Amino acid sequence: MSDVMIEECPLRGMVSLRGDFASAAFQKALHGVTGLDVPTTRRIVTHKDGSVAWMSPDELLLMMSHDQADAVVSALEDSLSGEHHLAANVSDARACFRIQGWGAHEVLAKGAPVDLAPEVFHPGEIRRTRLGQVAVAFWMTGEDAFELVCFRSVAAFVSDWLQMAARPGSFPDVFNA
Amino acid sequence: MLILHCPYCDVMAEETDLAPGGEAHLRREATASDDAAFRDYLFQRRNPRGVHFERWRHAFGCGKWFHAARCTQTLEVFGTYSAQVSTPPDDILAKIRSRRPDWKGFE
Repeated sequence: MSDVMIEECPLRGMVSLRGDFASAAFQKALHGVTGLDVPTTRRIVTHKDGSVAWMSPDELLLMMSHDQADAVVSALEDSLSGEHHLAANVSDARACFRIQGWGAHEVLAKGAPVDLAPEVFHPGEIRRTRLGQVAVAFWMTGEDAFELVCFRSVAAFVSDWLQMAARPGSFPDVFNA
Repeated sequence: MLILHCPYCDVMAEETDLAPGGEAHLRREATASDDAAFRDYLFQRRNPRGVHFERWRHAFGCGKWFHAARCTQTLEVFGTYSAQVSTPPDDILAKIRSRRPDWKGFE
């Protein structure tokens, strides 16, 4: 019997922030809105109001409550004026899923070319990759618990894919054996 | 299955995470070039049996371009390196020479 539960997260504020990580103005602006430093490669840092995730050498994804996203964008725009950057509210362009329960590693490992062994993939790491045939990013929020973001245009596909992959009795039991 | 190290994400990315970009280190011909030079720039590729320098993009990951040196005959990967160079770095060339003593070299 599968214990993996798939659910879509409630609306979440997401801001895509691009710029030069090495610039003092960029670091100061990020610190100003989140209180956090720029995460190192493939790290996701969570604080009480949200998370900051490393997406590429010049892109971060900031997560916060949905109603704060516009305020975060304007705060970033203010503190980065004159600096080469992009801050965009992408909340409604993305969907977020929670994959939780015993076997969550196996569900994602069916569709993503990533080593998801529990001793390799730990909380605090975010991985951008594909799930089936669409681009996603996922990270662990606790033991046997993942969150995954994808473009909202493919949310129905991802939801169906996850539900199918989490069907009872369908696990290869590579990690759970 | 080809597995390349993405120098930006620092992960081993599987071929299905990547998008190929063809031969690396092509020198773009200016508009003043003659037709033959422009034709060669557009269409002529080296395609030797053995050591290739290629462009790849971590399409499903960070989205960045990088370079890879690999052998198309054995699928051995000699290494990957930044896209912001116009010739392969010395450490990659040294690695290739140590693995392929009879290799004629880049260019």
